Amino acid sequence: MWAYFTRRLFIAIPTLWVVITVAFFLMRLAPGGPFDQEAPLPPEIMANLKAAYGLDQPLWWQYVNYLGNLLQGDFGPSFKYKDFSVTELIGQGFPVSIQNGAAALFLAVLVGIPLGAMAALKQNSGADHAAMTVAMTGIVIPNFVVGPLLALIFGIWLRETMFALPVAGWNNGALPNRILPVICLALPFIAYIARITRASLIETLRTNYVRTARAKGLPFRMVVLRHAFKSAMIPVVTYLGPATVFLLTGSMVIETIFGLPGIGRYFVQGALNRDYTLVMGVTILAASLVILLNLFVDLAYAWLDPKVRYE
Amino acid sequence: MTSVLEIENLSVSFTTPDGDVEAVTDVSLSVGAGECLGLVGESGSGKSQTFMAAMGLLAENGTASGHIRLDGIDLLSADEKKLNTVRGDRIAMIFQDPMTSLTPHMKVGRQLAEVIIEHQGVDKETGRRRALDMLDRVHIPEAERRLDMYPHELSGGLRQRVMIAMALMCEPEVIIADEPTTALDVTVQAQILDLLMEVKVNLGAAIVLITHDLGVIAGLADRVAVMYAGRIVEQGSVADTFASPVHPYTQGLLACTPRLDVETEALETISGQPPNLQSLPTGCSFHPRCPHVFERCQAERPLLERTPSGQSKACFFNAAEAAE
Repeated sequence: MWAYFTRRLFIAIPTLWVVITVAFFLMRLAPGGPFDQEAPLPPEIMANLKAAYGLDQPLWWQYVNYLGNLLQGDFGPSFKYKDFSVTELIGQGFPVSIQNGAAALFLAVLVGIPLGAMAALKQNSGADHAAMTVAMTGIVIPNFVVGPLLALIFGIWLRETMFALPVAGWNNGALPNRILPVICLALPFIAYIARITRASLIETLRTNYVRTARAKGLPFRMVVLRHAFKSAMIPVVTYLGPATVFLLTGSMVIETIFGLPGIGRYFVQGALNRDYTLVMGVTILAASLVILLNLFVDLAYAWLDPKVRYE
Repeated sequence: MTSVLEIENLSVSFTTPDGDVEAVTDVSLSVGAGECLGLVGESGSGKSQTFMAAMGLLAENGTASGHIRLDGIDLLSADEKKLNTVRGDRIAMIFQDPMTSLTPHMKVGRQLAEVIIEHQGVDKETGRRRALDMLDRVHIPEAERRLDMYPHELSGGLRQRVMIAMALMCEPEVIIADEPTTALDVTVQAQILDLLMEVKVNLGAAIVLITHDLGVIAGLADRVAVMYAGRIVEQGSVADTFASPVHPYTQGLLACTPRLDVETEALETISGQPPNLQSLPTGCSFHPRCPHVFERCQAERPLLERTPSGQSKACFFNAAEAAE
């Protein structure tokens, strides 16, 4: 398994290189540049700025330079956040995003899987319909609605009660400040996971091997947990890979609503500002996470289904 | 012979969006210790559902009425908990498709051992040892090694042997084999049938063999019941039924079986299609396909009655009378 693991990590290098290359040139193809403003800068100042950041060099040379710096762990300076390097920006924001994202992921799995399993086992009952209606609602109501709504409830209506919660700010990661953003972030994922779990478990419960397990006279609880559950988790794991990347890299909407200093906003602002180095930085981060999570998902498959082997 | 499993006036129906469908109608059967009952019929004739009902394994939209008694316990009225003390322990089932009937993510040994652990409360170590014994008994080579294999690492024939071993774990009084050889290669089929024969002789269990293959019945069963459109249309000893079938459907089935010792131009068929269970023909369900049909068959349903030869049939046609 370790050989497989290291080989997969080794293969990740060319994959990352392709991502970096495509992102680098795509970014440069986009019209405009980091120093364009509504009121254009005088040409001499523009030329000086470009020279300072190396943008006056031929594109291929910039690319080679960027790769060279990257190999030394240098992501370059941000073009927009003056006096900050990309490493510093990500270094400050990522811990916030990853902590919120991990908490939301944990919550989504902890609530979503039991909810979906319950709905599957009580298929077509009132509880099933209720759970799935709530799940559907969770999926269709966007988080820019849920966020302010939560803020309204816990910040205004319940202000005088023990349930009052801070609605904005990170406050050095104080627990009460994290609750609302984590819930808001987790809700749609709870809903998706519940629906996937339900559908998958219902399908698994109809398989021949579950029928065999029942014919053995095993208690139903054991039939579900021992014979059905593992196979039923395969689609959930498939979904969890990309979902985790999404959660860990922060959400611009939620970080904006709750005033959190995460990296979610860099994805959007970086692109809008043509902050070339920052966009490259977050792209590399996201791509690395995708590669890593795909590897974890594949390892999980092998655990869930012995037919899958590390080749 | 005292019967171990007794089915009395069993009817099974399914609720579907297009209305209720009765898959099994008023079926009564019994099977005694050491006896093998063959149950033949086309797909959809209700032969499998009869015994799914006995195992409490009907689909959720299915309901059964009547009685199914295993040594005095009524399986139909038993709740899930009571049923679980019986199935796997005193009544076991071998399923049709060994490729999909074993849990893919559990080692074979564990799947075998859990039966006896559940019913006899033995520890894991004993469970494993008993599983090993059982794999030996169904002639699986290198049994020790197979215990730690997953189902997909075994061939179809071996998997069906594992299924049989699983059914035998608690030495049940009744074994139901639902098309045990249908999904297998012909050569492997023969081996599995030999094994079932051995089980029948050695274990003294009552065996119900559900199949559409008359050859399988001829080789293994003592008695045979023929089902058509949810009802039993003929019942009798295998020897009598094969030598002189009394119901036109059985006669048709036997005529359809290809024979190597007779030269024929074309294979026989029974004309027409099996009926739609939702709109059964009036009277005898078989009358639209029957070569001997007369008016009464369309108006009245024949009941299963004993013939002078000791067989049973549900048919008004009488060959002797017709000859006069």
